[in-house]
Amino acid sequence: MKLWNHYHTPATADEAVSLLAQYAGQAQVIAGGTDLLVDKRAEGGYNPHEALVDITHIPELCKIEEDGDFITIGAGVTHTQIVKSALIAHYATCLVESCGVVGGPQVRNVGTLGGNVAHALPAGDGTTSLVALDAEADVIYMGERKRVPIRDMYLGPGKSLLDSHRDLLVSFRFRRAADREATAFKRIMRPQGVALPILGCAVWVRLDETGALFEAARIAIAPIGPTPGRADEVEHALIGQPATIETVERMAELAQSTLHPRTSKYRATADYRREMIGVLVRRTLTLAIYRAQTGDIVPEGVGA
Amino acid sequence: MTRLEITVNGQYHDRDVSESRTLAHFLRYDLGLTGTKIGCEEAECGICTVLVDGVPVDSCIYPVFKAYGRAVTTIEGLAHGDELHPLQQEFIHHGAVQCGFCTPGLIMTSAALLDENPDPDEHDIKVALKDTYCRCTGYTSVIRAIQSAARQKRGLDPLLVNDPEVDEPMRVVSRSVPPQEVVAKVTGRAKYTDDYTFPDTLYGRTLRSPYPHARIVSINVDKARALPGVRAVLTHTDVPGENRHGLVYRDWPVLCDTVVRYVGDAVAIVAADSEDLAAQALELIEVEYEPLPVVADPKYAHSPEAPVLHPDHPTGNLLKHIKVRHGDIEQGFADADVIVEREYHTPTTEHAFLEPECSIGVPAGYPGHDKLTVYVGSQIPYQDRNQIALAVALPEESVRVIGTLIGGGFGGKEDIAGQIHSAMLATVTGRPVKMLYTRQESLIFHPKRHATIIRIKTGAKRDGRLTAIQAELYGDGGAYASLSDKVMTRATTHATGPYDVPNAKIDCYAMYTNNVPSGAFRGFGVTQSAFAVEQNMDLLAEQLGMDPIEFRRINAQKVGVTTATGQLLRESVGLLETIDDVQRDMQAHHNGEGFRWSWKEGHKAYAWGFACAYKNTGLGGGAPDKSEAEVEAYEDGTIQVRTAAADMGQGIAHVVAQVAAEEMHVAYENVKVLLCDTDLTPNGGPTTASRQTYVSGNAARLAAAALREAITQSAAEMMDVPPDTIRYEEGLLRHNGKSVKLGEVVGWMKQNGLNPRARQEYWAPKTQPLGTGGDMHVGFSYATQAALVEVDTDTGEVKVVKVLSSTDIGRAINPLMLQGQIEGGIVMAMGHCLSEAFIIEDGVPWTRLLSRYKMPSIKHAPEIVSHLVEHRTADGPYGAKGVGEIPSINTTPAICNAIYNAVGVRIYATPVDQDALLRAIRSGQREVYTAWQDVK
Ligand SMILES: Cc1cc2nc3c(=O)[nH]c(=O)nc-3n(C[C@H](O)[C@H](O)[C@H](O)COP(=O)(O)OP(=O)(O)OC[C@H]3O[C@@H](n4cnc5c(N)ncnc54)[C@H](O)[C@@H]3O)c2cc1C
Ligand code: FES
Ligand code: FES
Repeated sequence: MKLWNHYHTPATADEAVSLLAQYAGQAQVIAGGTDLLVDKRAEGGYNPHEALVDITHIPELCKIEEDGDFITIGAGVTHTQIVKSALIAHYATCLVESCGVVGGPQVRNVGTLGGNVAHALPAGDGTTSLVALDAEADVIYMGERKRVPIRDMYLGPGKSLLDSHRDLLVSFRFRRAADREATAFKRIMRPQGVALPILGCAVWVRLDETGALFEAARIAIAPIGPTPGRADEVEHALIGQPATIETVERMAELAQSTLHPRTSKYRATADYRREMIGVLVRRTLTLAIYRAQTGDIVPEGVGA
Repeated sequence: MTRLEITVNGQYHDRDVSESRTLAHFLRYDLGLTGTKIGCEEAECGICTVLVDGVPVDSCIYPVFKAYGRAVTTIEGLAHGDELHPLQQEFIHHGAVQCGFCTPGLIMTSAALLDENPDPDEHDIKVALKDTYCRCTGYTSVIRAIQSAARQKRGLDPLLVNDPEVDEPMRVVSRSVPPQEVVAKVTGRAKYTDDYTFPDTLYGRTLRSPYPHARIVSINVDKARALPGVRAVLTHTDVPGENRHGLVYRDWPVLCDTVVRYVGDAVAIVAADSEDLAAQALELIEVEYEPLPVVADPKYAHSPEAPVLHPDHPTGNLLKHIKVRHGDIEQGFADADVIVEREYHTPTTEHAFLEPECSIGVPAGYPGHDKLTVYVGSQIPYQDRNQIALAVALPEESVRVIGTLIGGGFGGKEDIAGQIHSAMLATVTGRPVKMLYTRQESLIFHPKRHATIIRIKTGAKRDGRLTAIQAELYGDGGAYASLSDKVMTRATTHATGPYDVPNAKIDCYAMYTNNVPSGAFRGFGVTQSAFAVEQNMDLLAEQLGMDPIEFRRINAQKVGVTTATGQLLRESVGLLETIDDVQRDMQAHHNGEGFRWSWKEGHKAYAWGFACAYKNTGLGGGAPDKSEAEVEAYEDGTIQVRTAAADMGQGIAHVVAQVAAEEMHVAYENVKVLLCDTDLTPNGGPTTASRQTYVSGNAARLAAAALREAITQSAAEMMDVPPDTIRYEEGLLRHNGKSVKLGEVVGWMKQNGLNPRARQEYWAPKTQPLGTGGDMHVGFSYATQAALVEVDTDTGEVKVVKVLSSTDIGRAINPLMLQGQIEGGIVMAMGHCLSEAFIIEDGVPWTRLLSRYKMPSIKHAPEIVSHLVEHRTADGPYGAKGVGEIPSINTTPAICNAIYNAVGVRIYATPVDQDALLRAIRSGQREVYTAWQDVK
């Protein structure tokens, strides 16, 4: 049974936006289709999209670029491209680790980072790392190009700032990790049910010149609320603390006591999630400290 | 239609294509490249994988216009002419192909891997194939095949085949010959039902009830009929014959008339010019329902308040009360020094065969079809014919069922799916009608494994001897009887486990509910009772302070034991040997450092768990169990074996071919098999109850022997020598220096008006119904397994590291393929233990998508070591018993026993919930009664 009537493959972002405008709400953006088409199939019944506008043939959306201290990733870049990028593996390791666990190879070969964000699930794996990287999104929103902090892209579970019948997510931009800075991502899955993590955690840390103290940190843990969030208390408490196992242990406990995860049906109980907050904070912080101190960076868990 | 430029397998195409096409549909239906299979259309199963510019993608959700200007490679493009790709060769070689439906996807995904990584280790393979599923093989052989192909591509020797050791291999029997049609399966030429095309075919679809229980107030099909391109819309009033079908009880409406009894019940069917029109027509059918109270669980179904779902059934919602009485139960518990009583829960589970159901009805008079014909991949073609004939009001001889290849069944393709509907629509429209179920439809529609509640009390003496077992089982039979009666009977009779239990009292209640019907599923009820029995065994051993293996040994069934149903075991009880094998391997695992049941490494806890099992071969219980086979010889020296025994990947085709080759003294390559055509092949009976090797194997053996006799006679006349001096040698008949070719004798027979053909019926030894004592079954297969499990004590995650198994199957007709059955069974059972549950909420399925039903993927595949024990059974072909089901029975309790040994928490409900397990570990609680589906 067909899921769409017309299929367009514009070559530029402007062309894509004007196609969407022509269809006046009847056309929707498609990237890899691994969320869009699977959701459509799940709806059942006969109700095809009038038109799909495929953005993966737009060069601007499909490249990974370095510009000074910043890295730009097109919204149409696939998870596989990210996993294979030595640049990202080194300077935004958590992103490789999170894109590396999305689906299997077939899904990663077509699924995009933009799709992951536009789909707006608070626990999207790519999202969690973008939040820890404090990324910004370049978008065409109501016809205008804008730069939006990543967390502002989310209005609620599955609800994006962008209306993908009208707007376009163009790219993501974030500062690459400098010396003594490092990132890490890990998640907890269950072998049953839907392919979304019970809990995912990405961290970014900066150590001081000696490598012994935390200077700054960003810790993204999801899903906690309806949109992606950060562990603010932990981030503040970390500043100036020694980069030791003891601190990590205290931070894990602090995260457990200050974050309030919920029970979600067929995924996890709040109690279990609280336990996992401790486990993930411990595992990711330890790894990030090691990376920041040694510069020895090998992404973990890709394809797991 | 829009212009598409694309290169497929090196061939450039420039043609008009619908913009709505997925790549999979374009390949299959526009180009006729049906090697690419569709299993879910959800990007879940990966079997639709093709390469786009060398990159593997799920073609089912890949819009074909995304591939504009690109180069696509499919399974058809892999071989160079007749020369197979190393992967294709090695998949055959290592026995990595069973039903073959996943094979193109696995091979394409692997091809991309080898292009990128010429020397992948096991981890690399698991990463690459993580989302390409196989439900049959258990992946062990797949991994070996890929590594072997990689070696070949690097110019090295292929890996040795891991062919199990067997006793007394014969010329063809007990040799690992390649299965039938395996080359077609690895090249994509194999035809499953949806791969058949007939000009002018219409597309059929079914309108299904959205309610678990409702009265049908009215059905209005006028708008649907008025839609141009819609050729027929049928409801219950259009059923020409009996509007009920069913394998044991005829209680299932072909199309619902007054009430619907589960979500998925068929209410109307349509046939239209296209799939889309058929789907649109469904939306235009107006059905008014009046929802009725829902019977959502079997215990409630048994209560006096519950509405009665089948008023005609004499015992109300109680489909059947099944009883086993043996010895004196009171005395048994009085004699016991320790008694353990526990309650266990198992959920509804789904077969998830990778090929969704498909049938094609072709009307009588359509070119090449002189009678109403249904093409279908079914496990029981003759019963299909019978049920179709009754519904369409034709004599059975006026209906023909042609079995196609089957992309997995596991019991889930025994009941009627679209067979009757496609036949009705074809008759009404006068055109072929294809009814291909979507995965989502397949999930809600077809009968599943029974959810059970099992309360079991086991008593033993200080010295370790079991004294008594008392059990009460509730089985959720769902809306219609299907095979509930038989399945739950097996659960009941096997509820003692494979042990000598002098006193038993077992009661089972198979209940009607408003859940999806339950029916046959590999293991047939015994998987459920084994989960309870084998954990109670470990609990008792612990209380007795006895080693759980020793405890089982003391009680193991042996020759001379009488089972709880009163059957004296006279031969072929290899249980103790299977225990020996597994125990030896457990010890060997520790490399002489001393065996340990459990140990810790950091935050990981490891332990072994042990469990035994037995499973009947054949229908038993007094049911006449027979098969018929025909063998014919041809002038070119080949022979053909014909029987309507379904091969859903388990391999009856090669079994009958091997048997015939053995008896006829011809090379296996010269034996062809024709299965499942009710006009051309005699009745092999249902493919169920691990019976086909036994009954159809025997039928083929008898027929081949009879034909050999006839041919010997003729050869004797030809050569003018006494028949008993003729010797057979690879297609030749010899007498002293003289010889003739088999084909020449066949030619001679034909010239002389003799038929080089023999047909024989084989009747399995008579059995007794339950409750009458005596032999309820012709025999039993036995198995022991040990699972090595890793529990992450930080997260509660459970991983099965290794499974050791030993299985007494009488004789291994094809050792490698049999090993594949064992590995596949183990991994399937591991799925049941750790991840699989078909969730129904108040009668409404939550598991409507494959993405909500996780079966084991290659990344979960444990290392499997399997041994074969061959305690011949006198009446089996060359001593063989059944093997289809036994491997998937004791894996779950072995894993759960291991979890207990690792972390001290016992699991009473599956699938194991890491969430509850971790909370139990943390709080020092020793028992978990909830499973994943209870997380709410
Ligand atoms: C088997 C399987 C496993 C999966 N596992 C995971 C997992 O482990 N973790 C995880 O996070 N996700 C997972 N997913 C979900 C999915 O693959 C990812 O979210 C993926 O990144 C989505 O990207 P896409 O390109 O396929 O998006 P699409 O499906 O093409 O689009 C998703 C949504 O975003 C919109 N959109 C896409 N691109 C743009 C754009 N540039 N501008 C505006 N709107 C846009 C679309 O209109 C649509 O609404 C899985 C999916 C499958 C099928
Ligand atoms: S992933 Fe395409 S058919 Fe299952
Ligand atoms: S052989 Fe893999 S699914 Fe059947």
